[in-house]
Amino acid sequence: MRSDRGQSAPLGLKIAAACGLLFLHLPILLIFVYAFTTEEKSFVWPPPGLTTQWFAVTWNRPDVWDALSLSVRVAAISTAIALVLGTLCAAAVSQTRFFGREAISLLVILPIALPGIITGIALRSAFALADIPFSFWTIVLGHATFCVVVVYNNAVARFRRTSGSMIEASMDLGADGFQTFRHVVLPNIATALLAGGMLAFALSFDEVIVTTFTAGQQQTVPIWMLEELIRPRQRPVTNVVAMVVVLVTLLPILFAYYLTRDGDQIAGSGK
Amino acid sequence: MTIAAVQSNPTPAILPGSGGMRGALSDLFWRRPKFLLTLMLAPSLLWLGIVYIGSLFALLAQSFFSIDEFSGLINREFTLKTYGDLFQAANLDIILRTVTMAALVTLASAVIAFPIAYYAARYARGRWKALFYLGVMLPLWSSYLVKIYAWKLILAKEGILTWLLAKLNLLWLLDAWLSLPVVGGNSLSVSFTGTFIVFVYVWLPFMILPVQAALERVPGNLVEASSDLGASPGQTFRNVLFPLALPGIVAGSIFTFSLTLGDYIIPQIIGTSRLFIGQAVYSQQGTAGNIPLAAAFTVVPIVIMGFYLWGAKRMGAFDAL
Repeated sequence: MRSDRGQSAPLGLKIAAACGLLFLHLPILLIFVYAFTTEEKSFVWPPPGLTTQWFAVTWNRPDVWDALSLSVRVAAISTAIALVLGTLCAAAVSQTRFFGREAISLLVILPIALPGIITGIALRSAFALADIPFSFWTIVLGHATFCVVVVYNNAVARFRRTSGSMIEASMDLGADGFQTFRHVVLPNIATALLAGGMLAFALSFDEVIVTTFTAGQQQTVPIWMLEELIRPRQRPVTNVVAMVVVLVTLLPILFAYYLTRDGDQIAGSGK
Repeated sequence: MTIAAVQSNPTPAILPGSGGMRGALSDLFWRRPKFLLTLMLAPSLLWLGIVYIGSLFALLAQSFFSIDEFSGLINREFTLKTYGDLFQAANLDIILRTVTMAALVTLASAVIAFPIAYYAARYARGRWKALFYLGVMLPLWSSYLVKIYAWKLILAKEGILTWLLAKLNLLWLLDAWLSLPVVGGNSLSVSFTGTFIVFVYVWLPFMILPVQAALERVPGNLVEASSDLGASPGQTFRNVLFPLALPGIVAGSIFTFSLTLGDYIIPQIIGTSRLFIGQAVYSQQGTAGNIPLAAAFTVVPIVIMGFYLWGAKRMGAFDAL
């Protein structure tokens, strides 16, 4: 029996934690209010009136739909690539010891540890060097480069907790490598992969810095928003898009959480 | 099931191989683990190790070229002149400004993150634990640009913060702050204070998660033992909690520091006209067309992060990621 179960936190800690969480959430909630404001030109608070007309206006904007569709396609394919590469790297690094093993984890972390602008310019010059015109696929490659690390991190953490003797046992019982992977390894790492995949998707869906360097004329949702932030043309539409983006990213997080919550809580209290 | 039942249906000790392509491949992987290893690593190494690292080096190589100031053409001869340009007063200013901002943002994130992480790791149970987890994950996953946009709404002159301070009769405080030389400005959305707040806000979840992970590993009875032995809460924090949480803080600071060093969007949207490294790189490679100087500028964060990662690794921060 743990003795710290029933203990409650000092008041100061409670207040500090609560303030921190409020600081994280209030700005996002504000977006929801502004989506309904009648004010078109400025960010005046409190809103002079409330209306839902901007939703209809936004719904009929083809550029918003194009950006959304491009973002979803790019994120889905980059996530798929990242899942394969990240899992393979994680398995190799955690199951075996070989020369240069440390270097690989550093290599995978590098695209996210280095500022995005460096990755962006480096990739842009690589594409220019190889005469690859900017397209859907250059965006995907750019995104996959830094999405690998999130899948990798999640998978490595899970592999570390998964005991190697289970794989040996499976082999001893006559399963071949593929069967072992399918029936022993995969069920063990599935939730970690799912969480990593969700994170990779969100990372890609949201990425703007590398995208500005690897996209040609196409606009993903973040690029569209950036344009609006630098040169505001229609603030009310931006407000609505911002709100929709928040809602759209909310769902996969809640879903991922629902799927992985048991494992996470065991991980949290078992230490 | 009884033992007899198991024994009545014995399994042969050596099973027949599954045969076919799959079996052969599986056997090959078993016999030659190096081959499997190569196969597993090849795609990532090809892309990350050759294309990505290759283009990084290609970029860095350009920093040894220089630009002809009259014709604007790039002179492809080895020179350190471009690096010398980095030490011009204006450029040195940019670097110092960015590093100071990154350090302050990291420090502030650590201070704000610690109570949240500690509460979540030690006191939150069941439903509350879930709430804290989501409470950190939701802002982390929310769109980067939407978050910046939200702060533009908050910090604008006619925005909610001014309104709130006016209601509290504290406008004089805001005005006094804005009239300060470096951190002030016309309104919060065009001042360094605004840039700082947005940086802290946007990178804070990256700090909370590793700190919480590090604190989860601290057994509660260590803290109790410390107070049983007569330490005040402050002493327990300094001598027990903080050293154990440090790898987590360092891991989080990798993100906050690196992300701040390279960001060019936040200072562009909320901030003054004085540049940060990211903006300098962006404008040098874009409008100015001075790729060598842009490349030399990118070397600065690479070098800084190189030392940072090296130090972080020595402190065991990667285990806390």
